[in-house]
Amino acid sequence: MTPSALPLGDPAPADGLLPAQAADGAAERNFGLYVHIPFCSVRCGYCDFNTYTATELGGGASQDVYGGTAAREVVFAADALRRSGLPERRMGTVFFGGGTPTLLPAEDLALILRTAVDQWGLVPGAEVTTEANPDSVTPQSLQLLADAGFTRVSFGMQSAVPHVLAVLDRTHTPSRVPQAVQWARDAGLNVSVDLIYGTPGESMADWKHSLEEALSYEPDHISAYALIIEEGTKLAARMRRGEVPPIDDDDHADKYVLADEMMTAAGLNWYEVSNWARTPADQCRHNLAYWRSDDWWGIGPGAHSHAGGVRWWNAKHPTAYAQRIEAGESPAVGRETLDADTRYMEDVMLRTRLAEGLALDRLRESGRQAVAGLMADGLVDPRAALTGKVILTPKGRLLADAVVRRLLPD
Amino acid sequence: MSPMARFSPVPAATDPAIIRNFCIIAHIDHGKSTLADRMLQSTGVVEHRNMKAQYLDRMDIERERGITIKSQAVRMPWELDGESYALNMIDTPGHVDFTYEVSRSLAACEGAILLVDAAQGIEAQTLANLYLAMENDLTIIPVLNKIDLPAAQPEKYAEELANLIGGDPEDVLKVSGKTGVGVEALLDKIVRDIPAPQGDPNAPARAMIFDSVYDTYRGVVTYVRVIDGSLSPRERIQMMSTRASHELLEIGVSSPEPTPSKGLGVGEVGYLITGVKDVRLSKVGDTVTNLAKPAEKSLEGYADPKPMVFSGLYPIDGADYPVLREALEKLMLNDAALVYEPETSAALGFGFRVGFLGLLHLEITRERLEREYNLDLISTAPNVEYEVTLEDKKVVKVTNPSEYPEGKIKEVREPMVSATILAPSEFVGAIMELCQARRGVLGGMDYLSEDRVEIRYRLPLAEIVFDFFDILKSKTRGYASLDWKADGEQVADLVKVDILLQGEQVDAFSSITHKDKAYSYGVMMTGKLRELIPRQQFEVPIQAAIGSRIIARESIRAIRKDVLAKCYGGDISRKRKLLEKQKEGKKRMKMVGRVEVPQEAFVAALSSDESKDKSKK
Repeated sequence: MTPSALPLGDPAPADGLLPAQAADGAAERNFGLYVHIPFCSVRCGYCDFNTYTATELGGGASQDVYGGTAAREVVFAADALRRSGLPERRMGTVFFGGGTPTLLPAEDLALILRTAVDQWGLVPGAEVTTEANPDSVTPQSLQLLADAGFTRVSFGMQSAVPHVLAVLDRTHTPSRVPQAVQWARDAGLNVSVDLIYGTPGESMADWKHSLEEALSYEPDHISAYALIIEEGTKLAARMRRGEVPPIDDDDHADKYVLADEMMTAAGLNWYEVSNWARTPADQCRHNLAYWRSDDWWGIGPGAHSHAGGVRWWNAKHPTAYAQRIEAGESPAVGRETLDADTRYMEDVMLRTRLAEGLALDRLRESGRQAVAGLMADGLVDPRAALTGKVILTPKGRLLADAVVRRLLPD
Repeated sequence: MSPMARFSPVPAATDPAIIRNFCIIAHIDHGKSTLADRMLQSTGVVEHRNMKAQYLDRMDIERERGITIKSQAVRMPWELDGESYALNMIDTPGHVDFTYEVSRSLAACEGAILLVDAAQGIEAQTLANLYLAMENDLTIIPVLNKIDLPAAQPEKYAEELANLIGGDPEDVLKVSGKTGVGVEALLDKIVRDIPAPQGDPNAPARAMIFDSVYDTYRGVVTYVRVIDGSLSPRERIQMMSTRASHELLEIGVSSPEPTPSKGLGVGEVGYLITGVKDVRLSKVGDTVTNLAKPAEKSLEGYADPKPMVFSGLYPIDGADYPVLREALEKLMLNDAALVYEPETSAALGFGFRVGFLGLLHLEITRERLEREYNLDLISTAPNVEYEVTLEDKKVVKVTNPSEYPEGKIKEVREPMVSATILAPSEFVGAIMELCQARRGVLGGMDYLSEDRVEIRYRLPLAEIVFDFFDILKSKTRGYASLDWKADGEQVADLVKVDILLQGEQVDAFSSITHKDKAYSYGVMMTGKLRELIPRQQFEVPIQAAIGSRIIARESIRAIRKDVLAKCYGGDISRKRKLLEKQKEGKKRMKMVGRVEVPQEAFVAALSSDESKDKSKK
């Protein structure tokens, strides 16, 4: 998963060397790997991620050689981290996202993973996830992934309602999802499904049906994301032309509340604003790493990386990306080195989203002052606050950005 | 056809018998400045290659809007039947807000050109100024301009003019400022028809100030018409209203660039420079005399300008307050009618309550502040001055609704105007409907011609200061014209309507209104604010109240969702930039209690729908 627009930052050096700050305290931080697979069979109407249909690209960026290109970045990454003085760390989490990772042959995904394991190794019990389109998996391919070391698969289900899937341009038929979930489970994989709510034309009953369906597969984990209409997507253009109704935030809020209630009733508990898991062990640890500001290297075009307050991002277009890799250069095109204030701001912004909460003693005085008002407005759980944590109430989760702004008054 | 004058009579040594002082009375757009430009060319005072359109309108805003805000005076030579004459053209402001300045310009003349667009006929303000000129016994030369236009109807409007001033339609001159047709004949007619000025050259000097302009380099430039005696360089002069005396550093005539002279004699028009820096020290209407040999009696007609319309001006960025203060100080140097005092609004911060002669004066001042001083301003809805008498007989003048007294009120008096509206007769119904709705009382109605009507109403000034003219224009497809003048006051059933956001009164939205209109104001303003104020983290009631009685209510539902669902695979930078942007946006919010109100909401709520439409064009 990578966004369409890259942030502005400083230039990144071709040798991939990181500023000294990246190494500070690295031994205490988890290390993960993200692998971006920039291919889809069709481009969905709502998607502004950095992804291309299979026929769009040639050269070193084409689908058939991409596995090799990504594997070369893995080798480059391991070398760059070593040269930058970071300690040897094994990978705690690996996440293949896209695009549609499962459009690549399972062997290619296995090759990239094997290369990474050769470089860094995995910690015992590491989480290795791939996103998957229910249409692009078979019992055999899922077994192959499990054998290669994958532990978890996250299916892009989005909805169980055909007219909703049609607006989203999703090609799978709803009945395919339970089948894929079953195959994954048979292969020994931990299973998550992704849902999208608030699609134009989706009724409350539609959403309830999708939730009931998803819960009936008894997944270990569900992500439920409100649809965001991004500039430059087909859906944004259709909305501008009045072909689909505009997004209604109240409808989103109602649907979020319903999702939270139904999932809680079914035994899935929220651990991050948009994520629910059956047990703490089922939480997506890779996802948590983002919110906890752990270290990770992002492989692939447009992928983002982070190490100790240094953030950098790769060339967005797969061809430009592939050219840099072939030239033996860092594919990074920009980076930023965060100062203490910015890291504080990010820390508050990110940790507030988690059910484990933000420790009160991480807040500066101005932030602590704001907590009482947030409790009074029913946005922050008062009992948790007494034990030293800022934890959002369901109402607060829906207003998380507003809460963060109040915690960061300056 | 007269030739260009072979020699120009010399200032200070010109026989009054060869002087002609005149002004041009015309409506905006009727081509006054173009005609004036053409006269400058015909008389040779401006060469063709130096001509820029509307030479006399100096301010950018004047040139853009095609109106004259400040008057000017130009001396031009002209020859008729072998005799050289000195023609002084005094360019008058064309707008109702500046009636007093117009009256002083007229008092400096013996004649007036009544200039009317041959395609549009006379307009209300022109008519008002014409009456003013006739009251001053000026010789009127009726002229139809723009006869080159395909839509011109010179016969029809010649008859209208003849009806108004008496005389034969045949005597109405027909000119085109654009092509120059008829201009020389007009210059001849000025010499023939307009009487020469009369005065006593041996009496103590008396000169009337008809304009006073601040110039960054020269200080105040005072334009005068000498009535009796003469003025010379280096003598000490005295302003008769204030008794202040100054040394005459420079005296001269505009031709059209300032040209120093040896003085000014009886009947002459020119400028004085004394080195003063504030137009208040050299007021329009005042009489200038010689300090050593002062006149006993000043000339008649002097009056202090009286502000009629008040509005709060606030910088959108509070840090600009000192800039606004300095800008007002500077504008004041050049605008004797501008008054202001500091004011604090809980909602808008620090600003000034500014008094204006009228709405155009307000608009021009605001535009100059924004343009010349690069300020972004909020102006509160304009209001008039009320006189509130309390039960204990105490009288309070209220120029800002938030100063409306709390106690038991005995009566409220509001300023009235008598308004004249000219329009095609088909719109009479619409106009009467509008005036009636604005609490007007019909004073009379006359047909100017078969299909043009003059309608007179007495109206509360408060009813016409906001959107009256815009609505009048739209109801008459732009054909109606309006003129008004102050006409006493009346006791009225007025109340103050307050607007409360979550129980907190927002002073900027308070309004003094007639009791019958309080409800509709309340509904309108609460409805507008409900649309304009973004949803907050809590429900926000918006109420309109008279005292403690709620008359209208709306509510802004609490926002329920303000969270980005996901974080795009580790692109934390993007999310952080978004947060920074949101925080930046919050800084531009004004806090009313706990409610965050964007600046734009204040601006939009305080502007009328009509003016919003205007800005869209």
